[in-house]
Amino acid sequence: MTVATYKEAINRGIGDALAADEDVFLIGEDVGAAGGAFKTTDGLFDRFGPRRVLDTPISEQAIVGCAIGAAMRGLRPLAEIMFADFAGVCFDQIANELPKIRYMTGGQVTLPVTIRMANGGGAGFAAQHSQAAENWFLNVPGLKIAVPGTPADAYGLLRAAVEDPDPVLYFEHKGLFNVKAELPDAPLVGKLGRAEVVRTGEDCTVVASQLMRHRALEAAEALTGEDVSIEVIDPRTLVPFDHETVGASLDRTNRLIVVQEGPPGGSWGASLIAKVVQERLEILDAPPLLIAPDEIPVPYASTLEAAYLPSAERIAAAVRRTLAY
Amino acid sequence: MTTVDAARIPQEAELDHLRAMHEIRAFEDECHRMFAQGLVRGSTHLCQGQEAVAVGAAAALRDGDTMTCTYRGHGAVLAMGAPLDRAFGEILGKADGLCRGKGGSMHLTDVSRGVVGSFAIVGAHLPIATGLAFAARYRGTGEVTLCFFGDGATNIGAFHEALNLASIWKLPVLFVCENNLYGEYSPIASTTPVTRLADRADSYAMAKTVIDGNDVLAVRATVADAAELARTGGGPTLIEALTYRQKGHSRSDPATYRPAGELDAWLERDPITRTEASLRAAGVSDAQLAEVGERARSAVTEALERAKAMPDPEPAERLEDVYAGGPVQAWSAA
Repeated sequence: MTVATYKEAINRGIGDALAADEDVFLIGEDVGAAGGAFKTTDGLFDRFGPRRVLDTPISEQAIVGCAIGAAMRGLRPLAEIMFADFAGVCFDQIANELPKIRYMTGGQVTLPVTIRMANGGGAGFAAQHSQAAENWFLNVPGLKIAVPGTPADAYGLLRAAVEDPDPVLYFEHKGLFNVKAELPDAPLVGKLGRAEVVRTGEDCTVVASQLMRHRALEAAEALTGEDVSIEVIDPRTLVPFDHETVGASLDRTNRLIVVQEGPPGGSWGASLIAKVVQERLEILDAPPLLIAPDEIPVPYASTLEAAYLPSAERIAAAVRRTLAY
Repeated sequence: MTTVDAARIPQEAELDHLRAMHEIRAFEDECHRMFAQGLVRGSTHLCQGQEAVAVGAAAALRDGDTMTCTYRGHGAVLAMGAPLDRAFGEILGKADGLCRGKGGSMHLTDVSRGVVGSFAIVGAHLPIATGLAFAARYRGTGEVTLCFFGDGATNIGAFHEALNLASIWKLPVLFVCENNLYGEYSPIASTTPVTRLADRADSYAMAKTVIDGNDVLAVRATVADAAELARTGGGPTLIEALTYRQKGHSRSDPATYRPAGELDAWLERDPITRTEASLRAAGVSDAQLAEVGERARSAVTEALERAKAMPDPEPAERLEDVYAGGPVQAWSAA
């Protein structure tokens, strides 16, 4: 057991995936000799060489398209889109090609493609390099979406994504790269579709991922002083979504708050609340709340971005409001 | 323009190319009729007049090579050997269609024949073709990927990204541009500043060639040369095949925008009649040629009858084939 950062866990996950299967290769912009824009692929080029770790031109459509074509022939591409925002450049490949080819061919083609993308805000990268972009892809059946929030999940879900037979978008949060936690010497490969009950509680269920998971935990800690006990659940993957774990929690707490970093419209939080209202309205003691940023581009200045992103204080206030309902 | 040593292609092969072109022509004519009769959903994009590009290029491939094409791809798919009945079945939305009725006219696929996909977003499959070629390179199989696309696709960004990547990595992919003079309803000159689309290869330091796309032997010989170059590490080639779409863009397009006389001029260069003339000059009798056409048309008619008798997919099958792990759950809560 050693202590590893989220970034180191990603690096180990990629390295172990490359070592485990000759069919896995890594492509992206500056992932090779430069070790990645965020150093998540540091050392892999030296270890695995230019055949398996490939620097591409700044060509996101070519990166994802190349991954799709290679997967059609049985390889397991691990593609990197440097910032999740750049998925906009190759939206056709991710939304129209990758998730639909299996279906349109009647199952003749299977695409075990993993696309890693650096996600999320909080570091002053402004509107085109800070988005929590996972919600863009919720409306595209055929994709799976992983949103790890800890070093162990960063490792486990990365390995699971590469081993999965279907396309997986893997979002790594830029604000968590230096978060440290214990990581076993031989960490477990994760499972897609399994939420984690991060903290048990009785009064209210708070569902949150990535940076918001950590802020929800801060809020939970702060609320203990008010004798309030909240249960924090990290879904870990948005598709498939572990509705069973959330539902079982709600059966005990009867109150739901969802905290997400992306804007509210057409989001996983909104979808979760809609499903809970549709299927479990009678067990709810208060209206579910969606805590999300304002519907604006991500601002630059620290005062603006801090006000934009849901804070632990805002989450705690929402819990109080829910309990007082 | 490439000149071809047709002598190296045996007459038997030329006769088989004639059969294949007749089958594609008859297949497309049947599709046209079926749309008129309301038997087919959505739209369709026919390739009458372009058969020589598909047949000649496919004939230059080997087992294990792969092919991607566009939504105007019936000809390319059939040229690779996909069965006529299951191709019709797919267009009719049948359970025994090539794609179990999930794809239709624009997405005919038969992986067992190297047909790994027909794509309906213009240009989107060019980057995918680089990946197919990448896999061949990665595994050292010596296989090549044939990638068909239209003149209109040379103006979309994916074209640039794909050709650039293919060239810097020297991937074994053959980019075959079927220049049929129209991108949907617009003549190529109104959308594209260069006259010879193959010249765009110069931007990627890529081999290029322009051929008469209505000459099946020229297509075959050119693609075979490019394939050999690709297999031996010489990288990709951009091949511009000059041809003509004898029908409109899609079923709803009467193509009234074409200048007077243009269609007639191209009908005189029809790939089927030209191949017949070539064979006739080489001593094949009119009766033999007529028989090739008749047999092809009969094969198509019989295949269509079999396709019409195929069952429709069960509604529950809609939930299958999204994920490898099993069917999607129906959204039953609402």
